[in-house]
Amino acid sequence: MNKTVNHKAWFLVLPVLVLVAFSAVIPLMTVVNYSVQDTFGNNQFFWAGLEWFDEMLHSDRMWNALGRQLMFSGIILAIEVPLGIFVALNMPKSGFWASFCLVLMSLPLLIPWNVVGTIWQVFGRVDIGLLGRTLESLGIDYNYTQSTLAAWITIVVMDVWHWTSLVALLAYAGLKSIPDAYYQAAKIDQASRWKVFRYIELPKMAGVLMIAILLRFMDSFMIYTEPFVVTGGGPGNATTLLSIDLVKMALGQFDLGPAAAFSIMYFLVILLISWVFYTVMTNLDKKGM
Amino acid sequence: MTDTTLAPATRRSRSLPRINTSVIVMTLYLLFLLLPIYWLLNMSLKTNTEILGSFTLWPRNLTFANYATILTDPSWYSGYINSLIYVVMNTVISLTVALPAAYAFSRYHFMGDKHLFFWLLTNRMAPPAVFALPFFQLYSSIGLFDTHIAVALAHCLFNVPLAVWILEGFMRGVPKEIDETAYIDGYSFGGFFVKIFMPLISSGIGVAAFFCFMFSWVELLLSRTLTTVDAKPIAATMTRTVSASGLDWGVLAAAGVLTIIPGALVIWFVRNYIAKGFALGRV
Repeated sequence: MNKTVNHKAWFLVLPVLVLVAFSAVIPLMTVVNYSVQDTFGNNQFFWAGLEWFDEMLHSDRMWNALGRQLMFSGIILAIEVPLGIFVALNMPKSGFWASFCLVLMSLPLLIPWNVVGTIWQVFGRVDIGLLGRTLESLGIDYNYTQSTLAAWITIVVMDVWHWTSLVALLAYAGLKSIPDAYYQAAKIDQASRWKVFRYIELPKMAGVLMIAILLRFMDSFMIYTEPFVVTGGGPGNATTLLSIDLVKMALGQFDLGPAAAFSIMYFLVILLISWVFYTVMTNLDKKGM
Repeated sequence: MTDTTLAPATRRSRSLPRINTSVIVMTLYLLFLLLPIYWLLNMSLKTNTEILGSFTLWPRNLTFANYATILTDPSWYSGYINSLIYVVMNTVISLTVALPAAYAFSRYHFMGDKHLFFWLLTNRMAPPAVFALPFFQLYSSIGLFDTHIAVALAHCLFNVPLAVWILEGFMRGVPKEIDETAYIDGYSFGGFFVKIFMPLISSGIGVAAFFCFMFSWVELLLSRTLTTVDAKPIAATMTRTVSASGLDWGVLAAAGVLTIIPGALVIWFVRNYIAKGFALGRV
């Protein structure tokens, strides 16, 4: 669409600008402020320069949390993306059953995150949960409050349960935009199922899938509530992901300086991914026109 | 003769397995999705003795006592009311400011528009954990701590950008000629926007409202940090019950089931837009 240049449009954007500046810029400046100062309490602050950043960059605690975080995001992407595509390929194309599947699949997406945590906390318990009880009766030692492996499996399966539908719904939307003519042409060429997927469906889904992957990476990168409710970061620190660690540091121990430095580095990573996301989006928009 | 009877049979045998695997895959997947939810529902309809004492796949002594507890105990139901108040406030604020902004982004080029659009996106992506402490201090210092409006404003951090992006995605689908025709017909900007443009993108407004509602409804970290008593959301009530006693599983399950209901009620109407909404209006 041809847009006209009109600087008065700023007035239409102004309310958003004021509101978001109030809720984003002011708090962020507080964080920046804390990150370069130290305090002895009583609201007395003095300049600390980049000390906190230096400390955080050399702290095992942050690197370990980052490592766990990357592992978590990596695992869930490796499971959710193929599974989501697979589910999308098997969804009914139209009619009542398509709507039926859409509605049921969307259900986990709309459950409050702490309730997602509660559902899996209960579901996995060996005394009252269906999953825990079943595994136990099969003779599998499964206790997510004590075993690191079980805790990890629980939060990964929980995330797969929670978000695979999102990937599937996006992939499905991409699939539906493929004109029938493409499939007919493939039929005439006697292309195999795999070739249809590889050369028709996958390229056509690529843009939407990119969105799905970035969204999932981003959201899993700042996941807090669900693993917190299920494991509380434990056993030990085994499932303490970045956000959980940050909240512990900032609101639990009130280590303002380190927490602020941590926050800023965290935010810079997010900024970088956001930029990739934005570039992908704008490229898609251009292609769409 | 034999050909005509054979042909459909072979065709069916060739196409039947594919349909079958699809059905099996979808059934298994949906089962995987629904089983944990069923378990929660199952637990909410049991008494605590049945939950802890015996292992039953469906409630033997069907009871609604857990729901009755929630709906009569103020410390429980006020959580729902608090949540609903700030969620509705947030949705109204977000949409009000996002509508004109989305229009500006979809129709005009102006100084710094791309940077602004990107900056909005970064706020949708910002980790709430980073903002928890500063929000706590900000709202304490201006005396809004533990009020509904504080949570509503805090959730604007991610909901306003979300609404702007979604609405912009819908608005770009409306041809610009409509705007121009309306102006020639003598409509003012306000009149055109409310009387002609908003009805045209009503589905977009609905979707944006739904997603603002949803994301505010599911968020826990900020709403818990910013409230103690008066505006405490249901999500926080639930976590505190777990940590305090950890015993009343039935009531906890019932509270969980009740939080799913708002989403489940409207899901049918937005089913075709869920992907679009999550992808910020870009699918």
